[in-house]
Amino acid sequence: MNVYLEPAKAIDFAFFSCIVLCGIQSTAASRPPCFLLWVKFSQGATLSMIQVEGLTKDYGARRAIDALTFHAEKGEILGFLGPNGAGKTTTMRILAGYMPPTAGMAKVAGYDVVEQSLDVRRRVGYMPETVPLYPDMTVFEYLKFMADLRHLPDAEDRVDGVLEIVHMEERAGGYIANLSKGMLQRIGLAQALLHQPEVLILDEPTIGLDPAQIREVRTLIQDIGRERTVLLSTHILSEAQQICNRVLIINKGRIIAEDSPQHLQSRLTGAQRVSLKVGNDTNGLEVLLRDIPGVSRVSGMAEGYFEVETAPGQDVRPLIARTLVKADYDLLELRPIGLSLEDIFLELTREEPVPPEMAELEEDEESELLFRNDK
Amino acid sequence: MRNIWIIARREYRLYFVTPAAYMVAFMILLVLGLIFYSNIVAALNPQYGMQGAPGVDIIYSPFVLLLLFGVPAITMRLLAEEQRSGTIELLLTAPLRDYELVVGKWLGGFLLMLTLLVITWIYPVVLNKLVDPGIDQGPLVSGYLGLVLLCAAFVAVGVAVSSLFSNQIAAFFATLGIFMGLWLIGLPAQAMGSTGSFGAQLLAYLDFGDHFYNTFYRGVIDLRDIIYYLSLTALALFLGSVSVETRRWR
Repeated sequence: MNVYLEPAKAIDFAFFSCIVLCGIQSTAASRPPCFLLWVKFSQGATLSMIQVEGLTKDYGARRAIDALTFHAEKGEILGFLGPNGAGKTTTMRILAGYMPPTAGMAKVAGYDVVEQSLDVRRRVGYMPETVPLYPDMTVFEYLKFMADLRHLPDAEDRVDGVLEIVHMEERAGGYIANLSKGMLQRIGLAQALLHQPEVLILDEPTIGLDPAQIREVRTLIQDIGRERTVLLSTHILSEAQQICNRVLIINKGRIIAEDSPQHLQSRLTGAQRVSLKVGNDTNGLEVLLRDIPGVSRVSGMAEGYFEVETAPGQDVRPLIARTLVKADYDLLELRPIGLSLEDIFLELTREEPVPPEMAELEEDEESELLFRNDK
Repeated sequence: MRNIWIIARREYRLYFVTPAAYMVAFMILLVLGLIFYSNIVAALNPQYGMQGAPGVDIIYSPFVLLLLFGVPAITMRLLAEEQRSGTIELLLTAPLRDYELVVGKWLGGFLLMLTLLVITWIYPVVLNKLVDPGIDQGPLVSGYLGLVLLCAAFVAVGVAVSSLFSNQIAAFFATLGIFMGLWLIGLPAQAMGSTGSFGAQLLAYLDFGDHFYNTFYRGVIDLRDIIYYLSLTALALFLGSVSVETRRWR
């Protein structure tokens, strides 16, 4: 009997020590001491609400986002604009605490998304791109569940409140399975608003809504954005222009432009910038260039370089060339600036339907269908 | 703690919203009822001679076998469905620790199994009326304690396996495979007999059924068996939490 006990004891000891060790580790990692929390909190007042530095995420060999650096302040609506697969969703998922980055640093409301993930998640309202909801719960049950998870004291009132905001009160008792795409979208928004978060992260919030609803959601976002921080992604240029204070254009995991919507507008309407270089002395050249019809702005750069901005829809390059040659300037170089940006605008304004992100589904379609029939 | 309870409550309710809970209860109670009835009839039939009155083991020995198949069916959806439908994204971005999610899921499934166990109490009660001096209370108490521990460990393993997959059928068969493996792992040790080496003893110790049939089943409550099931439960829940956590890094 004694001999029999030996392996038993060894295994029990191994099991328990594993569990105890992990318990200690996880509580230590997720719960910083109180004074540390306080320090972080007082720092939070001076920092940006969203602060991202060198954020990088690799999926295997593929680099989804590459050294993103940006920030967003309180009372600002920051738009993430980019074609499909640009890395918008990945960035938002990292900021919402869903997954850690491969490299770089991200802070939301002053808390690090990796080290203080729970603190970040308490302060962020996140609405994923394809809003995943439990089909066999009613709308009210679902929102109550999410409110309970956030330990909201007046959960039922909050649920009623957000249902009113998204105009879904009359469907509160209905099952989620019976909702249309637009309604699901609105419930997704409602659950992000439940705890009145300091930072709202919305991944393509207006997809699948009808025009009247789109207008409503945009107004809602603008209202929220006055006091809080909103980060939203879109692949529709006009949407970004309408609601955002500032727009980041992201393509292939990199930020390629950061601008106010007004500035974007002028670039989009066809205003062109041309860079030119003359060899000899540049006296009077600026005045000469300004007099060319179609030129709206001229700025002199170093070493004989000039930047000329032209009115929308006009290509003044031939005229510039002829004028300069006629005036005896040695024209060495004449090229348009920012063409790659224009290309991306083109893609953005095409407004193609978004295919659902299938990259993350691992199993084949057939088994999925099989299962759905079972239900 | 509160989060665990919130998750568990939702899971438990969901079993009754989807007819899953009723169908598992239907299956288990139908089989138990048939076996119970035929045992009573056989005991009353003079053709089979006097074998003595049937004990409570006629209830929980088929119950254990039903658990082998029933528990994977109950646990397969717990995390796999969340991963398949993407709903896990909102859970993982809620202020909820990963282990709270896993333990909550386990508790939901475990509570369902407890409910089913409570329903089967009807059979001992009936049996007690039928048998003259009443049934032996010892195996009744120890047997049910054993079943509770067994369910806890089974459901925990099921949850851990479910966290690995986003396909429920895969989760079902993987869980069933682990159950069967743990069920039969003591066989080689048995074949070697009492002269077995350390390895054989280890295998015998790991055997799922030995800890139930050798003790609880016979009316014995042994601390070693209780520790075995509890540590298996804890280990499975721990591995499940690790698995959810590593999912984030992929």
